[in-house]
Amino acid sequence: MSKKMKISYLINLIGVILLYLAMTFVFDNGVLGAKTTYITGIAIIAMMTIIIVCSLNLLTGYMGEFSLGHAGFMSTGAFSSAAVTIAMLEAHIALPTLLYFIIAILVGGLFSALMGFVVGIPALRLRGDYLAIVTVAFAEIVRVAFTNFPITGGGKTLSGIPKVSDYHYIFWVTVICVTLMYMYIRSRFGRAVIAIREDYIAAAASGINVTRYKVMTFVLSAFFAGVAGGIYSHYMTAIIPTFFNFMKSSEFLTMVILGGSGSLTGSIIGAAVLASLPEALRDFSIYRMLIYSVVLVIVMIFKPSGIFGTWEFSLPRIIFKLFGKKEAKGGAAK
Amino acid sequence: MSKETPVLEAKGLGIQFGGLKAVNDFSISIGKSELVGLIGPNGAGKTTVFNLLTGVYQPTEGTYYLNGEKMNGKQSHQVVAAGIARTFQNIRLFKKMTVLENVKIAFNKSMKYSLASAFLRLPSYWKEENEIDRKARELLALFKLEDLADQAAENLPYGQQRKLEIARALATDMKVLLLDEPAAGMNPTETAELLESINLIRDKYHISILLIEHDMSLVMNICERIVVLNYGEILATGTPEEISQNPKVIAAYLGDD
Repeated sequence: MSKKMKISYLINLIGVILLYLAMTFVFDNGVLGAKTTYITGIAIIAMMTIIIVCSLNLLTGYMGEFSLGHAGFMSTGAFSSAAVTIAMLEAHIALPTLLYFIIAILVGGLFSALMGFVVGIPALRLRGDYLAIVTVAFAEIVRVAFTNFPITGGGKTLSGIPKVSDYHYIFWVTVICVTLMYMYIRSRFGRAVIAIREDYIAAAASGINVTRYKVMTFVLSAFFAGVAGGIYSHYMTAIIPTFFNFMKSSEFLTMVILGGSGSLTGSIIGAAVLASLPEALRDFSIYRMLIYSVVLVIVMIFKPSGIFGTWEFSLPRIIFKLFGKKEAKGGAAK
Repeated sequence: MSKETPVLEAKGLGIQFGGLKAVNDFSISIGKSELVGLIGPNGAGKTTVFNLLTGVYQPTEGTYYLNGEKMNGKQSHQVVAAGIARTFQNIRLFKKMTVLENVKIAFNKSMKYSLASAFLRLPSYWKEENEIDRKARELLALFKLEDLADQAAENLPYGQQRKLEIARALATDMKVLLLDEPAAGMNPTETAELLESINLIRDKYHISILLIEHDMSLVMNICERIVVLNYGEILATGTPEEISQNPKVIAAYLGDD
């Protein structure tokens, strides 16, 4: 590791900590007045959306395969983690909130990853449109199954989930998840995945085990979607299977494409903006869907690769530039 | 031909698509550092032979061996791992990736660091990444592409894209290289440069090459032996002189009037 990389990491870490301090300052001191709680809620949903949209970008942007069923993975994560924590509550297991939270997101992530593995092995033999249809079918199966299982509330709302998600935890989990995904992309694994997107025949002819890397990425993507689901259920405390429908999946896909498929920066901005946009436009109530659609159409016409394309934001790069140093190579974006 | 075990050997290789026998009874034996040409009219089955030898298609008949090891049933990436690499008739680069990354992809199979190491950027990550960075740049330097390392592959001129494809195939550390019409669409200067590259890698790495080519001057110039394919079957085998005199070959190319 070169000295410059170490400085880059340090700059990123400081950047993230500053962001965190700014956020806690605003939310804890009620700077925004009476609306603070409401805005905190939006921020939480936005952060959770960032995780799931980045995870979808792993598939859509980097691997070049569409998943129209990411809400299914989120649902799996949300319900499995809820089932486990509810059971823990009933067994009167007294643990600190943080531990409850960590268990919830890990259970959600692992269950979802398992589901991703089971679905991925047969589904990833397909490509393009066919795979997209299979993922839609998967999400529908999950929705219908969860509407009927007693353990998931059996069609009614599953309530009584411990409220352990708070924005301090969620912020750090989001940072960790996005960093891990970034590290994955900038490694031999990510390189192989991008090569598969570019030309899977040439990738195989260069010694890449296409199926293995596809399944690996699919499972990883499902894992992070499950983590987001765990956060969601433990923030809302009451969830219903029909929330995770096809519309939800396509909403996530819209965020990926609008932000720029193949750019985690794009996913972060896309998720943050589009997740909070409906709230910001609430005053225009009936017109908001109209504005939303017009924005999408305009972006797709003038910048089909999404707002950020494949460009990544890098704090160290800006700082090195400001202080006249040579550009940092591959500084972690955040 | 060398007396030792041939590097690449095919015995009665064939494939049937429904009722069509695309390739039938194809046998070949290539020794160490040997350069063999595979020619034939359009649709003769040359590229199909390549697809059979690289695991894209599985032969319905016959077997093929690499250094005596049976290769039937292996998938593309396993064939590459064993040591047969190829280039494509219509160049297949990872267009949006940089020239350097294109070569790095081919080193992937020799990289060992784990997922955890990638996530946490442990020392093994840095060690291996730095090492393939160095190796990839060395290889690019060999093809005089080192100044273009950070360009997107799609921005290279045609001749250099061909070279990059060969460099990428070389990075897989193979024993046999299959070149599918490397000189197609090249002007004479580019062809001459290509010839130079091919000779260079043969001398430096002692690999065996099987070459499909329509440019007869190139084939006659560098191939030690030529195999002529017509309607999926071997029509003739011999030295360039023998082939150019062979009446059957002339008939296949020009018609037998």
